[in-house]
Amino acid sequence: MTPATATLLLLALGTYLLKAAGPLVLGGERKLPPLLERLTLLMPAALLAGLVATSALVDDQRWSLDARLIGLAVAATALWQRLPFIVVVILAAAATAAARAIN
Amino acid sequence: MTSSLPLSESPSPDSPRSTIWRQATSISLAVTPFGVAFGVASGQAGLSWVEAVGFSTLVFSGSAQFAAVGVLGEGGSVATAVISGLLLNLRSLAFGVVMAPALNGPRWWRALAAQLMIDESTAVATAQRERRWQRYGYLAAGLGVFVLWNASTLLGASLLGGSDDLIEATGIDATIPAAFLALLWPRLQDPVQRVIAGVGAVIAVVSAPLLPPGLPIIAAGLAVAIARPWRSSAGTVDPNETVEPNLNVDPKPDPGPAEADR
Repeated sequence: MTPATATLLLLALGTYLLKAAGPLVLGGERKLPPLLERLTLLMPAALLAGLVATSALVDDQRWSLDARLIGLAVAATALWQRLPFIVVVILAAAATAAARAIN
Repeated sequence: MTSSLPLSESPSPDSPRSTIWRQATSISLAVTPFGVAFGVASGQAGLSWVEAVGFSTLVFSGSAQFAAVGVLGEGGSVATAVISGLLLNLRSLAFGVVMAPALNGPRWWRALAAQLMIDESTAVATAQRERRWQRYGYLAAGLGVFVLWNASTLLGASLLGGSDDLIEATGIDATIPAAFLALLWPRLQDPVQRVIAGVGAVIAVVSAPLLPPGLPIIAAGLAVAIARPWRSSAGTVDPNETVEPNLNVDPKPDPGPAEADR
């Protein structure tokens, strides 16, 4: 089994348990403990920010300032302008490609 | 959310059916570029198209899929990839609690319906007041996204997956930080989450040269400590705030702060 398949199966199992816990186990009337509830709501901001930062600034466990950063800046501007997701992504790719072509 | 939508297309204001369908359709279409990007990212990380589609079918959770595949692509371990994905999916637990009353039914039915528990289905559902329309919205958005998410993953994995040169020249690799930023964006409206995001980004970048691939993402999760979530006064989060769809499909139905997630 490749590492990707192992990851896929384990992540699918764990994710399913998280998804199904509410409808199958907790039922309609129960609530999560307050600490867990707050963690579930706040955790994605921390992790997504970590993913943004590392996918833009880190390459092969080293800091790397390259054309991806220009794409990210363009994406931020597009999001700020409330452009649709598809436009955000296309602009980010185009800006990065343009920066590489100039280089 | 419903009240701010134009209701002129509805046959009657009592039946939110057409509103639900409009939301479900636009949100399903909005995930397709993400699905293509995921297929491409999978190819870059060395996954086969079967594995890429396997993620989209069996895991069916956008940001966690991206995170896990990203960690694998950097050379991270299976454990790190799985834990990063699961931490991102902790919110499914909260969605499940919110959705449980509307998903009443036989055990096998609840077990099946749970697989569709994603940001989009929960968002469309919780925009409704009545349980039966919540259920309708959940299924419409969940099934719509499921079909298009898998189709677009297949497209991305089979068309663009392998060719590194093409990906670099077209800047497709830059779509991944852009996609994560788009997911994060609506959460930045909340000052608490803005600080958490800033601290998380710093932790991840500073620790990246020191930790094995993937672990910096998990370390970024420690940033939630900033909000001191163990204190009851930190509980200013309204569950409804984070279950809005975070794709900017249509700026008009925004209830206030821009929202949308996958």
